[in-house]
Amino acid sequence: MNFNIYDFTEFIISIDNWLKQLLSPGLAKITGMALIGVTFLLFVTLLGLSIVYIERKVCAFFQQRLGPMRVGFWGTAQTIADIIKLIFKEPLATKNSDKFLFNLAAFIVLISPFMVIAVVPFAKGLHALDFDIGLFYVTAVSSLGVTGILLAGWSSNNKYSLIGAMRSGAQIISYELSIGLSLLAIVILTGSLQLSVIVESQRDGWWIFKGNIPAIVAFIIFIIASTAESNRGPFDLAEAESELTAGFHTEYSGIKFAFFFLAEYVNLFIIAAIGATVFFGGWMPLHIGNFTFFNEAMDIIPPIIWFFAKVAALIFLLMWFKWTFPRLRIDQLLQLEWKYLLPLSILNLVLMTIVSLTGWHL
Amino acid sequence: MEDLLNKAETQEYFINMGPQHPSTHGVLRLMLTLDGEIIKKVEPHLGYIHRSIEKMSEKDSYYQMVHLTDRMDYLSCHINNEAVCLAIEKGLQLEIPDRVKYIRTIISELTRLSSHQLWWGVMGMDLGAITTFLYGFRDREMITDIFEETCGARLTMNYNVPGGLMFDIHPNFQKRTKDFIKHFKKKLPEYDELLSGNIIFTERTKDIGYLSKEDAISYGVTGPSGRGSGFACDVRKRIPYSAYDKVEFKEIIYTEGDSFARYKVRMDEMKESLYIIEQLIDNIPEGDFKAKTKAVIKLPDGEYYQRVETARGELGVYIISDNKKNPYRVKYRSPGFSNLSALDTMARGGKIADLVAMMSTLDLVIPDIDR
Amino acid sequence: MIKAIINYFKEIFTACRTLITGMKVTGYYFFHPKEIITQQYPENRATLQMFDRFRGEVVLLHDENNEHKCTGCSACEIACPNGSIEIISKKEIDPETSKPKKAIDKFVYHLSMCTFCNLCILACPTDAIKMSKSFEHSVYDRSKLTKVLNKPGSKIMAGIKE
Ligand code: SF4
Ligand code: SF4
Repeated sequence: MNFNIYDFTEFIISIDNWLKQLLSPGLAKITGMALIGVTFLLFVTLLGLSIVYIERKVCAFFQQRLGPMRVGFWGTAQTIADIIKLIFKEPLATKNSDKFLFNLAAFIVLISPFMVIAVVPFAKGLHALDFDIGLFYVTAVSSLGVTGILLAGWSSNNKYSLIGAMRSGAQIISYELSIGLSLLAIVILTGSLQLSVIVESQRDGWWIFKGNIPAIVAFIIFIIASTAESNRGPFDLAEAESELTAGFHTEYSGIKFAFFFLAEYVNLFIIAAIGATVFFGGWMPLHIGNFTFFNEAMDIIPPIIWFFAKVAALIFLLMWFKWTFPRLRIDQLLQLEWKYLLPLSILNLVLMTIVSLTGWHL
Repeated sequence: MEDLLNKAETQEYFINMGPQHPSTHGVLRLMLTLDGEIIKKVEPHLGYIHRSIEKMSEKDSYYQMVHLTDRMDYLSCHINNEAVCLAIEKGLQLEIPDRVKYIRTIISELTRLSSHQLWWGVMGMDLGAITTFLYGFRDREMITDIFEETCGARLTMNYNVPGGLMFDIHPNFQKRTKDFIKHFKKKLPEYDELLSGNIIFTERTKDIGYLSKEDAISYGVTGPSGRGSGFACDVRKRIPYSAYDKVEFKEIIYTEGDSFARYKVRMDEMKESLYIIEQLIDNIPEGDFKAKTKAVIKLPDGEYYQRVETARGELGVYIISDNKKNPYRVKYRSPGFSNLSALDTMARGGKIADLVAMMSTLDLVIPDIDR
Repeated sequence: MIKAIINYFKEIFTACRTLITGMKVTGYYFFHPKEIITQQYPENRATLQMFDRFRGEVVLLHDENNEHKCTGCSACEIACPNGSIEIISKKEIDPETSKPKKAIDKFVYHLSMCTFCNLCILACPTDAIKMSKSFEHSVYDRSKLTKVLNKPGSKIMAGIKE
């Protein structure tokens, strides 16, 4: 087995071969799938825990506080302590709530992030799936989460939850459009929906630099729309703590509440990952055209670090939004989408087509 | 499609906002009649934090009844104390030393500032910008430190006694206050950058929660909320008490009557308060910190009324005395109660999110409504 | 028409500008962690100093001979608006004049009822009581909040009269 931090392709293939040698073909396939599933489960849990911790620290620093400091060194074990507390809490359900849907909703919200994370290329060769319609799959699947939210709000038998869920339904469905259109702008340049091809196409520079103004506009629209789609502040109307107490998950407690929490943070990661892949080259190190010396210097840093650094930077940007801005009102939110983002992204798409036809991009 | 829409029945529904709700800031219960997200009616229900302060005052001596007013509008507790003391002093026809008047005015303005700072922080939080809350508290902390050093307590200070003050100001008082003014003058522009200018914030507050001047007057909406509707009701200007006749300041009036106008009134008032303190802080006259009073105060027969301007509006103290050592009847006209009564008029036709913003700009303190 | 379009874009730009100004403020604090104002309370216990006038709880001052200045005059009890103080007095034989004299048996203080109004301190004619700076009042049983302030075996200082 040869492990290479710069290229995981052989590593993955060797694991595959090893499994095939050991087991019968059918069993090998099942074991392989189980292996991937467990890896992602562990990864998502770890990811959730660390992003929650980071968010709390970042938010504290924005607010001139220190944040959690007690459990572990600088409070690093705080989220683990929280999870343990949540596991031990009693899972309550309100009277007359639809128990089946109520329990189901907590799992549904987790399904869509798991489905998206499968196509995210973490490094060269390190991905579970590499579709030729990768980006299309991402936009299609990521909107599944809203069903969970709607079900949670509906089955809770609580008016606050219902209002929150309805808001979130309207919100996510409309912002889907802008996300799709802004991603399309880059697809025009790459000519492919496959995420690995998109990453490869940025070998001589990231699209945000190469793609001229339309790429930057597309990125801004993407980041706004995806914040809205993941229900994060300033678009956290579905939860709207000061209006609806906790919106759609008001009635959830214990570990089921933790699922909603986890889903929110994994979604945050996914947005940042997709944003980084499409606009900032994913795991591709920073390359500038033909400066071979510079490019080689950049190549020393392993791609996986590049990937996570970019994702972290984008997550930080999203946190910065959340901890600075007030929340929008529901009609303003829809106005922003239909009056500003959607026309702009269509216009941007046209511009991008012109740019790509005339070859103004690098 | 038309048919289907007509057949579909819509129904208004109730929601209980409160008594436990993050943005009612206390145990206020609002019964909302909603049509989707549109508010049809708001009915406030009170009584969850009634402590019968007025009745309790009847059994207390005149010295003792002062400390209860700390617990009414706890964010302007010094001003409440001052109001009661002024009413009692009026009854006794006491001559109050100038030093007392100056100190009372300075601390009143500091109280107003701290109240407005907290309000600003909470206003941001109600609209979803939680960071403002911490920034507001950061600056308020300096004022509470000043209070703690001079009065001995941070919130319920009880620094006034009938006839003057409990003790003289702390030697550090002037220096600390000046430090605070310097600090806060630097931070105030930040408040504007973070909220007042922010497009989301202005969109959320402009033309929302309109209250006309006529309505403001007929509901008795006073204080910054009334002045946002163009109702010139600043007691400090109309019927000056303490040292307010010796200082120069503007009465802030906006005529728009929307949430943003009420917001702006408070923001500008903070600047005026700083200006008032600046004028007084170096000129505190020498003298006693308390006029001589008897150990047992008995107010002569009669009725006494004193109004002051708290951070929330006009507070009236009404005492009936029958020449005993405790008052016969006490009544407080609290600003929060009248301000709340205008909420229904303002909120109709708005959205739930607007209601939260409106309540914030009315700056309700529930214990003040429900004494 | 063109004007409307220009206005449309102007709106977007001013909106973005206001948002960026806000982000600058929070961003400044993020990158200046020196401005953090958090005090870590139990850790800084040793250095934490309350202000002199801080009203923590009422204490009866004792000197090194276990003597206090309270004559048992009950002025503080009367001044207290909510009955937090109860003076239980006893008759004692004065060793000098060998006449019976009033003295405190128990100075009962209900911390749970006290509103820290400071009126008792102002009322005391002999300055026997004071507000202490302690503020860590939490206990597991509320009966522990009822305290007897005079230490066992303490007596009144010589020369203190009502
Ligand atoms: S501080 Fe006030 S409430 Fe407390 S014991 Fe003294 S007089 Fe009573
Ligand atoms: S503490 Fe002071 S006021 Fe109270 S009984 Fe003793 S001497 Fe009298």
